[in-house]
Amino acid sequence: MSNEGVDGGRRRFLTAATSVVGAAGTVAVIWPFLKSLKPSAKAQALGAPVNADIAKIEEGQQVTFIWRGSSVWVLRRSKEMVENLTKGDAQLADPASKSSNQPDYCANPHRSIKPEYLVMAGKCTHLGCAPKLRPEHPAPEIDPNWLGGYFCPCHGSKYDLAGRVFKSQPAPLNMPVPPHRYASDTLVVIGEDPEKKA
Amino acid sequence: MAIIPNPHKTTGLLGWIDDRFPLTKLWKDHLAEYYAPKNFNFWYFFGSLALLVLVNQLLTGIFLTMNYKPGADTAFDSVQYIMRDVPYGWLIRYLHATGATAFFVVVYAHMFRGIMYGSHRKPRELIWVFGALIYLCLMAEAFCGYVLPWGNMSYWGAEVIISLFGTVPYIGDALQTWIQGDFSPADATLNRLFSMHVIALPFVLVGLVAAHIIALHEVGSNNPDGVEIKKKKDPVTHIPLDGIPFHPYYTVKDLVGVAGFLIIFAAVILFAPEGGGMVLEKPNFIPANPQVTPDEITPAWYFGVFYAMLRGVPSMFNSQFPGVVVMFAAVLILFFLPWLDRSPVKSIRYKGTLSKIALVLFAADFVMLNYLGMNKPDPTRTLLARIGTVVYFGFFISLWLIPKFEKTKPEPERVTE
Amino acid sequence: MKRLAIVLSGLLLAATAAHAQEVPTLPFKADIGNQASLQRGARDFMAYCSGCHSLKYLRYNRMGQDLGISDELLKKNLILGAAKVGDPIATAMPAQSVDWFGRVPPDLSLETKAKGADWVYSYLMSFYLDGTRPLGVNNPYLPGVSMPAVLGELQGWQEMEAPAKGEGGEAAPHFKLVQPGTLSPEEYRDFVGDLTNFMVYASEPTAFERLGLGWKVLAYLFLLLILTYLLKKEFWRDIH
Repeated sequence: MSNEGVDGGRRRFLTAATSVVGAAGTVAVIWPFLKSLKPSAKAQALGAPVNADIAKIEEGQQVTFIWRGSSVWVLRRSKEMVENLTKGDAQLADPASKSSNQPDYCANPHRSIKPEYLVMAGKCTHLGCAPKLRPEHPAPEIDPNWLGGYFCPCHGSKYDLAGRVFKSQPAPLNMPVPPHRYASDTLVVIGEDPEKKA
Repeated sequence: MAIIPNPHKTTGLLGWIDDRFPLTKLWKDHLAEYYAPKNFNFWYFFGSLALLVLVNQLLTGIFLTMNYKPGADTAFDSVQYIMRDVPYGWLIRYLHATGATAFFVVVYAHMFRGIMYGSHRKPRELIWVFGALIYLCLMAEAFCGYVLPWGNMSYWGAEVIISLFGTVPYIGDALQTWIQGDFSPADATLNRLFSMHVIALPFVLVGLVAAHIIALHEVGSNNPDGVEIKKKKDPVTHIPLDGIPFHPYYTVKDLVGVAGFLIIFAAVILFAPEGGGMVLEKPNFIPANPQVTPDEITPAWYFGVFYAMLRGVPSMFNSQFPGVVVMFAAVLILFFLPWLDRSPVKSIRYKGTLSKIALVLFAADFVMLNYLGMNKPDPTRTLLARIGTVVYFGFFISLWLIPKFEKTKPEPERVTE
Repeated sequence: MKRLAIVLSGLLLAATAAHAQEVPTLPFKADIGNQASLQRGARDFMAYCSGCHSLKYLRYNRMGQDLGISDELLKKNLILGAAKVGDPIATAMPAQSVDWFGRVPPDLSLETKAKGADWVYSYLMSFYLDGTRPLGVNNPYLPGVSMPAVLGELQGWQEMEAPAKGEGGEAAPHFKLVQPGTLSPEEYRDFVGDLTNFMVYASEPTAFERLGLGWKVLAYLFLLLILTYLLKKEFWRDIH
């Protein structure tokens, strides 16, 4: 063994080139494995949009639909409820829904396409519990200024009737609104955005 | 309390680790200062390739297990679910199925290399015995894995193999039912084979591979000349004169082998994933059906030799048991190889013509038996299978007998180029 | 112990019997790159086959994506009943079909893998009139076939002229058309070709992805081989 005639530059270059090409190949091999962990075609098919018939929902009533394995609530709000939504802005953390999770077409005070109907994923943004609908007011045991809303039994987070979270709660954000569209006045398709107007 | 500094005098993070865990020591003992003979040839690629395939099987196996559902009603569907619905599931399954075939290809080549150059001879008997155990374990692993898709070949493969245990005199029937956990291969059978395949056997396999490598690095590698490089050391450094550090010389060389192997491996997976019926058999695309035996039932190609022996040995005393005994003996005799081989030289290079003929005959016999096992029998083929069985065992006896009269060439002092 | 003897002898019998039954098939070469052929095959499968046979491992929208058929077209033309686009291709066949045919018509998702594409092609080409059978037809590739000659109207009716002899493509059975169908023999051959081609696709929809990856991976590995070879040579210059 001897080192005479060794071209150090050539050796370094080949080592580097092989390492880079080998590393790229390794990453390319890891990729399909990570990809395989994504929802399968079966999960995608089961997670297809859900048709929600809202014709029979009465004022003040909330109905639960299942989309992608979790609850989506449709709440039919009374006129008074909709009006109350504007009154409590001062105690809300994100009243304009700037940092919360909802489609653009629901980034409004009532967080819905039609003010009367709220379509919302029933999931507290703290740790994912299902908050309870508490429409009655006043309810001093929840909050002195309670105008009706959602109360999470797990850690006490409070939301208004548009799912907007109160200030200084365990939950940081408003409850998410899933994409949805009105196929007709009484049929909501949960999981699909409204068709763009050309 | 002061720590006694580690002998490698490493500092920083590595030094901190080396004071507590032999990281640098392991690196040196097994790679940077493991001195391997400099005359390894083509046949020495297969050891590292076997390790590569093992890693492939473990990795793809983990991901397959995430989506496979054992159970007679769910297994077949879940395999198609993997093939179609899981993103890249098809790739992971083809890697695993083709990997099984590749495993046997490289292991057979690796074993042949060992026999050819006398790698089983003193002081490497235990390396060989661990290797034979690995092979045995691999066969069990392959059989269990073969059953899991629960296609019709899986089902009838399970039926035939488990029936082998049913041939044991007196207790056979009870033994067979006990192994199956039912009166025929069924849900319980599939679930226990699954458990063996993904937990029990991989543990054993990995443990044996570790033992195999530790034993190898203790005594050092053999080489195509079969001479001990440790006999001639540099008087100052005590490094064998014909030894070179495994890293970087054999790591870069094995990388060439890896790249070459991957080309073939990838070509099969991406252009012929069924391997012409060798990797995935036609009848296994039909769900298990206990009422209908596939028209063409053959074992997986890597079991062809043993299946040919099983069929070739005539039933005696109204029993298939002799065939089963012969088949198992064909595997067990491997364990005795280090003590059967009595030649004064290790490598085939320095043995006489007769030994060379015996080795070539053995390799040809192995291929022939494999062919016979995979194809339909007829009277000529059955006769050939019987002759082949005798030749197979005859080879092991020849290793003992030929040295009694054969003249060998003198082994060189140092390895040749 | 006896069971192994029974199983083994059963296998030997099955093997020899299968050997005797192997009828030479007509040559057929699948081409899943021919999207128009796959689309015609899909349409014809849904029209003529899916009444009895499911493709339960293939989803409608998967087929749509692979064959370039939009969800709207799928819903309008191909999807049976109330199925959604993400559903697998089921069949309308009720459970009592076992009484009609003696067995439930099998799922065909993997048929070309289990039997071979050329077998499926030959089988569909080779229904012939046979008065001894309850349905009046037989098939050399599945003697005593329980499936009616659904495509007879298209192909017309043929009689067997010469049974299979020997091996190879020339040795396949010969037929004589005695009553023409609505398609000419050439049109019918293409029809069956498209259908078989589609079934080859359905047996492995991921084949597109696999073949698409093929040359890229090999090109990469050849590059790696060259680099590692040069690297090895460079390092091994140390060794004398």
